[in-house]
Amino acid sequence: MSNFLQFTVFGIMLGAGYAIAATGLVVTYTTSGVFNFAQGAVGMIAAFGYWELVSDHHQPTLVALLIVLILGASIAGAFVERVLMRRLHGASAERPVMVTLGLMVILTGMATVIWSPTVQRSVNPQINGQFRLVGINIQNQYVLIIGVAVAVAIGLRVLFHSTRTGYALRAVVDDPELLAMSGVSPNRMSQYGWMLGFFMAALSGVLLAPTQTTGISIESFTLLVVSGYAAAIVGRLKNIPVTFAAAIAIGLAENYVLNYIEPHLSSQLQTDVTSALPMVFLFIALVTLPSVRLRAVGRLTSMRAPRVASGKESLIASGVFLVIAVVVGFAFANDNVKGTTLLTLGGMVMCLAIVGLSLVLLTGYSGQVSLCQFSFMGIGAFVMGKVAGGGSVLGLLAAIVICAGLGALVALPTIRLSDLYLALATFAFADAVANGFFADGRIYGSGGLQIGRIVLPGLSFGSDTAEFLLVTVFFVLAALMVLAIRRSLFGRRLVAVNDSPAAYATVGLDIGFTKVAVFAIAAGMAGLAGALYGTVQGIVGTTDFDIFPGIIFVLFVTIWSIRTVSGAFMAALTYVVLNQLWPSSIGIFAGIGIILIGRAANGILGIESFHIRLPWTKGGGGVALAEPSPAFSGVAPGGEGSRAAG
Amino acid sequence: MTDQSTTTAPGAAPSQLPPSVSVRGLRASYGRIEVLHGVDLEVPAGSVFALLGPNGAGKSTLLKVMSGRMRATAGDVMIGDTPVGKTPAEKLARQGVCAVPEGRGIFPNLTVRENLRIWTYRGGISMKDVEEHTYETFPVLKERRRQLAGTMSGGEQQMLAISRALVTNPRVLYLDELSMGLAPLIVAELYELVGTLSRRGMTIVLVEQFVTTALAVADHAAIMVHGRIEQQGAPADMAEAALSVYLA
Repeated sequence: MSNFLQFTVFGIMLGAGYAIAATGLVVTYTTSGVFNFAQGAVGMIAAFGYWELVSDHHQPTLVALLIVLILGASIAGAFVERVLMRRLHGASAERPVMVTLGLMVILTGMATVIWSPTVQRSVNPQINGQFRLVGINIQNQYVLIIGVAVAVAIGLRVLFHSTRTGYALRAVVDDPELLAMSGVSPNRMSQYGWMLGFFMAALSGVLLAPTQTTGISIESFTLLVVSGYAAAIVGRLKNIPVTFAAAIAIGLAENYVLNYIEPHLSSQLQTDVTSALPMVFLFIALVTLPSVRLRAVGRLTSMRAPRVASGKESLIASGVFLVIAVVVGFAFANDNVKGTTLLTLGGMVMCLAIVGLSLVLLTGYSGQVSLCQFSFMGIGAFVMGKVAGGGSVLGLLAAIVICAGLGALVALPTIRLSDLYLALATFAFADAVANGFFADGRIYGSGGLQIGRIVLPGLSFGSDTAEFLLVTVFFVLAALMVLAIRRSLFGRRLVAVNDSPAAYATVGLDIGFTKVAVFAIAAGMAGLAGALYGTVQGIVGTTDFDIFPGIIFVLFVTIWSIRTVSGAFMAALTYVVLNQLWPSSIGIFAGIGIILIGRAANGILGIESFHIRLPWTKGGGGVALAEPSPAFSGVAPGGEGSRAAG
Repeated sequence: MTDQSTTTAPGAAPSQLPPSVSVRGLRASYGRIEVLHGVDLEVPAGSVFALLGPNGAGKSTLLKVMSGRMRATAGDVMIGDTPVGKTPAEKLARQGVCAVPEGRGIFPNLTVRENLRIWTYRGGISMKDVEEHTYETFPVLKERRRQLAGTMSGGEQQMLAISRALVTNPRVLYLDELSMGLAPLIVAELYELVGTLSRRGMTIVLVEQFVTTALAVADHAAIMVHGRIEQQGAPADMAEAALSVYLA
């Protein structure tokens, strides 16, 4: 009984910590309409900053709290709203998601540079000591966390439902223009919202840090709030009391599972369950959400999508690309960069470019955000290594089919919800697969999973040149397929479902089928890329397909252009080059890049001065598209009037 | 233009005389598409001015620029002698300009009472006065006061929207398509209120597609076509001109 009480108190404390972070998410979402994926990273930076001040600079607790929460987090929140988010008004729906993800990788990248991940850091409680109650020991820190969480929940409830500022904070998302016409500055209200959100993220960080028995770590602390995400989803991103209750329930459930179920599992399974729990909660939360209303027509858009290359143009471009690849394949056959052959790196570029193409199809055309394409890559590599002894065509096919099936399964629970929830589901899936599957020593083995090069009857791909050319051919075929899909009836359906789900449904088309189908195709493509990636590298390890590299790659594709084949290729090239030169700073580059590109929906390749005129494109088009030009658009992206090839 | 005193009780006459509103050579664009091609308008102080025209004429865009929601590319808007073309909407609201936008100018996820509370944000008006006056004019809103505004009927939402003009006592009032999607009886009731507000002493510009409704309360009118003022004058002279424009 005393054990149960002890677990219950710890569970409530954990849930209270989640509740503070989750209500911060709700505040930001309620006041700006943006789901802040960087919430965990802000908490992580606050925890490390607090540790730095207290442990390293011996500042008193109160001074450190004041600096971290007020001078640090709140001002940072105001800065983020002013410099990053305000510029995004009118941007495409996925762009705020990308910018907060960019902020997350910048913060984690900066933390890695400042605080070496190899050093263990333990944070002392803000209030030391413990007391005994009904036969169990309760630490004062637990009481502090629970008390602060209750105070935050009550305070926010009062703020939002009993004060004029609270009403204005809620009204700003409903109609900022109308709020302005009522004499209230909507920008100021949004800024207050971001300040509050950052404050609460930091508060949860500094309060939960002392409860981490193994010390605070950058990645695990950043992802600690995934359970908070689940609570915020249960509260439908607006209901603070429900969010608070859900957070407590999740904290309790996590702690009961860890203490009552895990001890009966093998040690390896224990790790898997611990890692997968937040994802399970998030998935349950997503599945139990009621369906979202279909978005109607008549969005104001500030961009026109790229013209899609015709079949003839695509074939000519593919031919030229292959010729260049053959020249590169033979000219650089013996060159190395930091111990890796240039052609191996080139092969990696082609594989990642296929993943980029899957994002073009999924996000660029149909508007669905996926943060788990690297997970499908990893699963594809695993299947490739395990089927028919590795290096077989059968393995490639199995990788495609299995990943496509898994993709459909991931998409199914979320198709009836808004795109944000799909992004969240894929985020949770990527986290769970990376920590609960790839991290399992039995999956890739302690030394990594060996994957042989593909063997075809009468054909050898043993040399680097042959392997490079093989994956290049796969990339070209994938590019031709993506463009062919875009030109087809299915492609027009993808664009239509992105443009106006309501209009799509009213003509009798099945939104669910279209969304699941495109997600499955994209997952299959990522699986293929992973299988090929394994054959190029010869071995894959636990960290190759982690959640952060996956997110960073999505950002690079968005930066270059998530709507064009050339964008996918340039993103892959950028990723591989930067990863070779500055692997620890690649997240910072991606984060800064997405911030700089701002609301330009078509990325760098959409900027007119980057256009390269190709002789075979119709109407003197370039590799990118016409410059963004604000206009009312009921027309599907990719409509007439733009001037370039994908 | 100085900030209007907001201490006037709801329903009382504004504490200052209403100003005239003029628009001079106004141009505005959505991206590269220019929708207002040099608009000139004179709205006499204390009058009701009806801006008529078919769909896509640029009426709502003109009202957006006049109320600070959109920046003009050329020209200016004057309230009295003060240029306000570059003044943001929230500042104009604090200076006594009230704009009720097209659609329903309410916050759908706030209750009726919370909406009314927002109207009092800039201070000077007590919530008690606001509620009293609003519920007296629109008794149905009292019954709905705890209901989310977005769940009310279109007419009730429009009543709530126009109650902002009622309780904040603006000197200038812009009304965009007040009758849109409403039953004739509700429209008649709302336009009766426009007449009341006018008599209280404020300069009113109303954008309408329904000519007879608007001209019945207007002192002056103009017809707008393709981003330009085609004709302006007394309401009696405008009815026939408007008809020809609509049928063209």
